[in-house]
Amino acid sequence: MIYEGKKKIWSDYQKEIPDDHWYYVRSCIRQNFFPASERMFTEITRGVLGRDIYETPHHTTCGGIAYHCDTIPQETAMTIVARQFALMTEAGYENYAPSCITSFGNYAEILETWREYPELEAKIREDLWKACRREFKKPKCLAHSSDLIYHWRDEIAAKARFRLVDRETGDALRIVEHIGCHYAKMFPSKGVGGAEYPYVLAGMIESWGGQVVDYPERRHCCGYGFRQYHVKANRGYCVGNTVKKFESMEPYHPDAIITNCPGCPYFLDRWQYVMAEQTGRTYGSDGFGIPVLTYEELAGLVLGYDPWDLGLQLHQVAVEPLLDKMGIKYDPQAKYLGVDRENLMRPQLPEHLKCF
Amino acid sequence: MDFGFGINRSSTIDLTKTDNGLFRRVCSEEPGARTCMACGSCSATCMASDLSGMSIRKVLLAMQRGQDIRHMLSKCMLCGKCTMVCPRGINTRRLVLTICRLYD
Ligand code: SF4
Ligand code: SF4
Repeated sequence: MIYEGKKKIWSDYQKEIPDDHWYYVRSCIRQNFFPASERMFTEITRGVLGRDIYETPHHTTCGGIAYHCDTIPQETAMTIVARQFALMTEAGYENYAPSCITSFGNYAEILETWREYPELEAKIREDLWKACRREFKKPKCLAHSSDLIYHWRDEIAAKARFRLVDRETGDALRIVEHIGCHYAKMFPSKGVGGAEYPYVLAGMIESWGGQVVDYPERRHCCGYGFRQYHVKANRGYCVGNTVKKFESMEPYHPDAIITNCPGCPYFLDRWQYVMAEQTGRTYGSDGFGIPVLTYEELAGLVLGYDPWDLGLQLHQVAVEPLLDKMGIKYDPQAKYLGVDRENLMRPQLPEHLKCF
Repeated sequence: MDFGFGINRSSTIDLTKTDNGLFRRVCSEEPGARTCMACGSCSATCMASDLSGMSIRKVLLAMQRGQDIRHMLSKCMLCGKCTMVCPRGINTRRLVLTICRLYD
């Protein structure tokens, strides 16, 4: 990677990120896939960094999944989004931070469409009023929640108990950063660093002591692609995309992958099991896979949270090799104990992918 | 374990390891082949296409990718309908004959 060139591109695509007072909305699926990530976001931003992050239980889906699966028209998604903006307005906030990349893309696309077609915005305002008697102001700033962690990355680094450094060798850990397609591929100016070289996760990795792996298929999709995955007959195509990514990154021996999308960590993690079962191939060392983490989980690890409180036992790929390299202590016996030490039961282990 | 789906192979090819000599030989005799814009009009009008998978568009692409085209060429009936619809004016019927002659 020619670092100076990337820095120039990143500096062209910096966006203003207000330092405080955010209206935070959760994803429909992330809490099922990686249950501690969003809770960790609020815990870190409120508890550790002391910021004002507001949530409301009245928030619903943004309609993004249905929109991208072609099951609802965009006007319906727009009216749902208009209601979310109304909730933000009623709560007295102006900065909107979705946790989901597809939501972020959906909001960016809708705001851009309204900017070009004000008559459509007027129609949606009327539809919202007819449907639920609500009115809204558009957010002054729209940022993905990973943008916020990026913005506060150095504050997190200052409070970090662990760094992305191999305790034994002192080398920076090699981290693959995978950005959700809807983050900046549709609207490059809306993402930190643009579409080709988004800096949002790379900035966190560097700030926390790791080194970013640059590999040929770095910007390739994880393979999810909504309607491709949701139609079972197309899943071979999804996993084929994932194989392509792993084949491309494997020669660089990454220690971990971090992502900022709901679907990407799920598919990059779970597909490693499917690939191993179908082909016997694993991509980490000694029969392990490459651990895949969300950026909140990684932030939690460097801040010294217990890996099992971060929900890392619910990952398919064993995270222990990464924890050992970082020098993080954990209790193997407590891995499958949940909140209040409730027994989550040990899962059946896969045949080819090494797990604990 | 049977997941009910397999892993699709990538269609990416390594051009440095690909032999597209046939395509270059065909183009030296039929330069028009280089002007194909892959619109697919030829395939849409071809009577053999639906039943046999014959497609001039695919033949041209496969030759550039160094892939086998025999199974497609052998299905052409030389009716010439594709030649009538090609917006680039490529003599596709003659192209088929040229490819067959140069194919070793
Ligand atoms: S000449 Fe061959 S390829 Fe062209 S329309 Fe006829 S059968 Fe199809
Ligand atoms: S109709 Fe002509 S331009 Fe279109 S794909 Fe066929 S050969 Fe190419």
